[in-house]
Amino acid sequence: MSEFLQQLINGIAWGSIYALIALGYTMVYGVLRLINFAHGDVYMVGAFAGFYAVKWLGLAQEPTIFGAVAVFLLSMGCCGILGFVIERGAYKPLRKAPRLTALITAIGVSLFLENAGQLIFGADPKFFPQIIAKKDVISSGGIILTNQQVIVLGVSLLLMVSLQLFVLKTKTGKAMRAVSFNREAASLMGISVDRIISITFVLGSALAGAAAILVGLTNPKIEPLMGIMPGIKAFVAAVLGGIGNIPGAMLGGMIMGIAEVMVVGYLSSTYRDAIAFAILILILLFKPSGLLGGFTGEKA
Amino acid sequence: MKRNSKIWWGLALAVVSMVLFSCAKKEDVVILGEFGSLTGGTATFGKSTQRGIEMALEEVNKAGGIQGKPVRIVVEDDQSKPEEAATAVKKLVNQDKVLMVLGEVASSRSLAGAPICQEAKVPMITPSSTNPKVTQVGDYIFRVCFLDPFQGEVMAKFARNTLKTSKAAILKDIKNDYSVGLAQFFTETFKNLGGAVIAEESYSEGDIEFRAQLTSLKAKKPDVIFIPGYYTEVGLIARQARDLGITIPLIGGDGWDSPRLIEIGGKALENTYYSNHYTPDDPRPEVQKFLADFKAKYNEIPDAMAPLGYDAARIAFDAIKRSGILDEKNIKDAYRQNTQAKSLMEAINTPGNRERIRDALAQTKDFPGVTGLITIDENRNAKKAAVVLKIEDGKLKYVETISP
Repeated sequence: MSEFLQQLINGIAWGSIYALIALGYTMVYGVLRLINFAHGDVYMVGAFAGFYAVKWLGLAQEPTIFGAVAVFLLSMGCCGILGFVIERGAYKPLRKAPRLTALITAIGVSLFLENAGQLIFGADPKFFPQIIAKKDVISSGGIILTNQQVIVLGVSLLLMVSLQLFVLKTKTGKAMRAVSFNREAASLMGISVDRIISITFVLGSALAGAAAILVGLTNPKIEPLMGIMPGIKAFVAAVLGGIGNIPGAMLGGMIMGIAEVMVVGYLSSTYRDAIAFAILILILLFKPSGLLGGFTGEKA
Repeated sequence: MKRNSKIWWGLALAVVSMVLFSCAKKEDVVILGEFGSLTGGTATFGKSTQRGIEMALEEVNKAGGIQGKPVRIVVEDDQSKPEEAATAVKKLVNQDKVLMVLGEVASSRSLAGAPICQEAKVPMITPSSTNPKVTQVGDYIFRVCFLDPFQGEVMAKFARNTLKTSKAAILKDIKNDYSVGLAQFFTETFKNLGGAVIAEESYSEGDIEFRAQLTSLKAKKPDVIFIPGYYTEVGLIARQARDLGITIPLIGGDGWDSPRLIEIGGKALENTYYSNHYTPDDPRPEVQKFLADFKAKYNEIPDAMAPLGYDAARIAFDAIKRSGILDEKNIKDAYRQNTQAKSLMEAINTPGNRERIRDALAQTKDFPGVTGLITIDENRNAKKAAVVLKIEDGKLKYVETISP
């Protein structure tokens, strides 16, 4: 029993990372109907931004709460700016082009970031310094829960809830939903579509930056190709929950994380990647709109 | 008129470049090839090996080359990928037309390159691929390190006899020939010595989350965990194992050997041990001279890959010398047989000469390498002892030597 509980803890902590990355996919898809394949690589840049921020602030030796928050915000900021630049530079010129063109551009941006990352940061894996010292919160009955895992879960829930509130309660959020619903009509209502799309990219990318720091906390090894697999898995998570749907992305991420950990823990690690794609195939076969996604007819 | 002058310029340029080109080709150098992971996931392996080879190269050229002929080594990067390794070796063999090939560290990449060398009958020496399959590719493939069966055996003996453990668990990299091989041989020896392997889990290169596997290993309560992986993952595995309250010894093979391991694993690596090819604590003069030279040149203490690269290159030079293909008479004969030859390499790089190098390599006996006395056996493998190191306070400590 304690083994199962421990696996559940592992799965939830791991799943909340997927959920945070999946949010970025889902937001961009919801507003732009574009699958931003570069998202996983934005997450990678976030990790390196955090890595250099820690060095720059000299936090590697003596971790402080204030420092951790600063690193967090810096990484989110860097990713936000990167998201903005990618959108303005690569996707905006293609706004009127067929959807396939934008998709292929997204893959191009992804390859560009991966290879630029290897060039600039070096392909060698690096250790992400511990910005919050590890402590055991629970350590009894064979179950161990560390403060880092609690922080991962807490911060991701906090970010997800605030994003949901932002989309539902604020004026910008309302405009976002309007653009998602019908771009032309929204622009006729006086909404600056370009601005809304930029905001979407900035927010989604900043969440990827947050995910990167959380991963650095519990799995402190970073390298320029680290974004590929999580990017794909998070995409599956977003589709699982219903792409374009924010609570769906959270749910999808959690399910993916727990499913992976359980498969590895009780079957074999060989199926770790297989499970993600098995889930994707099943969901596309039986409920293409995802668990929480409503029916949306194909738009012309 | 204008057009005409352009043609003349073009012709002149062509003539000049032809002259320059043929001049450049007339150097009297011996050219060897090296392929390694200079970038990519296991970049420190390739870089470190390259430094060792570079040192051997500098030494031999400073001493006037092999029988008066300077040596050059063409280096190709395989980005830590087997498919790129095959491409790199093809380029070395077909395009650069090298006399011998040195490389790789990872067995999976040596296995990608070896068939190409064997096919072209170009002798290849791998400095540190320990999987038995590598030299089984053919009679032109050699190695200067020990093998997985031996390394698996060493760690099984160590776990059973020195650590006195009886229940072992294994966590291996399922995608890696090296790791799977080590796990298999560890299991065999550990069982023969009366121990039991009670659990086996796996991961894949590039993973960063191992808590699921470690949790299920922990539930089975082993005395020791054998992790025959590479430093890229082992550091994180150790960290997550300690996070989950696993305090038993973790042990592994030479894939752990990199300064990066301790950087990533930190304090989690206390109470861990691994087998290796050499230790800087060894008092033998070869080791101490190499250490001093290496420190002077690169300002750090080498891991095991550097001395293995150094030994591989020196054995290659030694074999070329012993084969006699650079003897005055032999070179003259080569030029006579191939009157078209524009350079030393074009003349001497014949299947017959390469076979002579191969034979010389096969006869290597008691070569005083930094990583021990190296004798090549009938299966083209090196026979030598392994050392077991302990990680203590972020430093390596010599524990014992285990002979074959």
